[in-house]
Amino acid sequence: MTSPLLQVENLKVHFPIKKGILARTVGHVHAVDGVSFELEKGETLGIVGESGCGKTTAGMAAMHLTQPTAGRVFWKREDMGKMSPARFRALRKEMQLIFQDPYSCLNPRMTVNRILSDPMDVHGQYRGKERKERLAFLLETVGMNPDLGSRYPHEFSGGQRQRIGIARALALNPSLIIGDEPVSALDVSIQAQIINLLKRLKNQFDLSLVIISHDLAVVEYLCDRIIVMYLGKIVEESDYASLYRDPKHPYTRTLMSAIPVPDPFRKKERIILKGDVPSPINPPGGCRFHTRCPDKMKICEQGEPRMRDFGPGHRAACHLYGDA
Amino acid sequence: MVDNFSAPLLSVRDLNTWFFSRKGTAKAVEGVSYDLKAGQVLGVVGESGCGKSVTAQSIMQLVPDPPGKIVDGKILFHGKDLIPMSREEMRHIRGNKIAMIFQEPMTSLNPVYTIGDQISEMFTLHKGYGKKQAMEAAADMLEKVQIPSPHKRVHDYPHQLSGGMRQRAMIAMALSCNPEILIADEPTTALDVTVQAQILDLMSALKEEYHTAIQMITHDLGVIAEMADQVVVMYAGRVVETADTRALFKNPLHPYTLGLMRSIPVLGRRTAGEHTDLAEIQGMIPSLYDLPQGCKFSNRCSHASDICETAEPELAEVEPGHKVRCWLHSSPKHSDRREKRS
Repeated sequence: MTSPLLQVENLKVHFPIKKGILARTVGHVHAVDGVSFELEKGETLGIVGESGCGKTTAGMAAMHLTQPTAGRVFWKREDMGKMSPARFRALRKEMQLIFQDPYSCLNPRMTVNRILSDPMDVHGQYRGKERKERLAFLLETVGMNPDLGSRYPHEFSGGQRQRIGIARALALNPSLIIGDEPVSALDVSIQAQIINLLKRLKNQFDLSLVIISHDLAVVEYLCDRIIVMYLGKIVEESDYASLYRDPKHPYTRTLMSAIPVPDPFRKKERIILKGDVPSPINPPGGCRFHTRCPDKMKICEQGEPRMRDFGPGHRAACHLYGDA
Repeated sequence: MVDNFSAPLLSVRDLNTWFFSRKGTAKAVEGVSYDLKAGQVLGVVGESGCGKSVTAQSIMQLVPDPPGKIVDGKILFHGKDLIPMSREEMRHIRGNKIAMIFQEPMTSLNPVYTIGDQISEMFTLHKGYGKKQAMEAAADMLEKVQIPSPHKRVHDYPHQLSGGMRQRAMIAMALSCNPEILIADEPTTALDVTVQAQILDLMSALKEEYHTAIQMITHDLGVIAEMADQVVVMYAGRVVETADTRALFKNPLHPYTLGLMRSIPVLGRRTAGEHTDLAEIQGMIPSLYDLPQGCKFSNRCSHASDICETAEPELAEVEPGHKVRCWLHSSPKHSDRREKRS
């Protein structure tokens, strides 16, 4: 067995809701509620779900950018919660982020070179002569002309800004990059460029990627393995092929059927869900999906389904498959 | 089925909407023409800056002036031009005969009025209902768009509703006067996929019930394939291709349309092993202040030849109902020459 790069064990993130002048805690948002997964070196993992399902919080907590309420995260078998601040800081350069909005994630007062230099300054890398070379290399790697380094973010289009954001993430030679909806703010013709760029960089630098997205089609193109989340919990996990060929959980099926297919000749049955995602402040008991599930049974209201295996690497949590 | 021979309900003819600023003139819409027939769903596809929203704003006479201005063209509604109409006449049509819904339901609903107030305004304004009667009608509309307990919900403020419910409320407002045309500008872009499916389903059902013609503006070819009867593809302020939906997807002619179709990840394709790499359209969308000469797509087109860089092709009919603006298809001489070379 290969040793995983990142191991997440029973991760929970609850945000307190404070009210009144005394700021008393009146409840908790159960953003992430017991999530476990592993990431192998060189693997691309997709986390999909709708807004409010906790996919971003799960990603942030896995990097300890949000402090988990409970659960543990291991980086190469080392518990991140027990690391010394110095060790943790050194580890930071191993993991980098790409954001959704290429407009707000770049400081408008800094030139591109300054933006790319910042992480190097913080970690004291690529000093002196090496710096200039590194900057040019980074911009070329993401498909931009190195001469543009002296310009400011507002001079670039959305796609180019996303490239700058990716160059910044690559600046310190990380082994893991987490992309939080990296292409959803981009135009269709630009999306493909960035998806292909991410694929190429992954191979070129032997990166591990975590792609957080609401778009099952994008995730299918990019990822080896996919986690589907609903209301803070993992409902299904599988390699991409098995998931798309044979989705087990009714929620996964609903998501897939809801995506409009650009083919007017294909008539497909759409599963239409009733209502909205329930509030994560007071999530429904039993299976969290039971309030909207098309295949709901009586048992779904009472007991929480456990994860069952459906072949190698494919698991889903649903009572349909005879959970007792 | 849509009757192809009936007179169009709305005809946009050679529309030019330009924006004047210190940087120069941005021709956001240049020479756009298309027809919308009764009961039809017309899909307008394009990326940001292609002029699809400005075209809709021009129809509604909502172009911010200054800096924008409709400099030329006609917008014929039942054969009558909307552009020279007075504000008073236009107010009678807007919301009443032609209604519009927007991408961001939160920003287009007024946060300080209840949704009941905002929907009932349509009835007091256009139908002369009394206050009580209008509120009753508003609740009925909410029921039609499947909002649970509508009589309670009319007293809610927009922030108390979820994104999907707000979009439902917007649709209720837009349909309250039973308009002949509904212009939907990216109505589901801000919504989750399962909610998007609900809203698209609702729009299809309401279209059947009210026989409303819909102009659906979107960047999502999936939404187009599921909803539209007819498609207009726009690029840099122009119509580059138009056809009925099936013909367009079966036989896309413009390199831009083809590029768009090949560049989107389609669910299930990688799993089916059809192809694993997305084809990219090179380069980026040009600025409206700095468009290429000749064909506006020439700087990103893999088929571009000399003529594409110097002269702009016309929108030419290649097959009945299928028009394309491309030198590959509009000049027989040119295409002969290409074939000989290759």
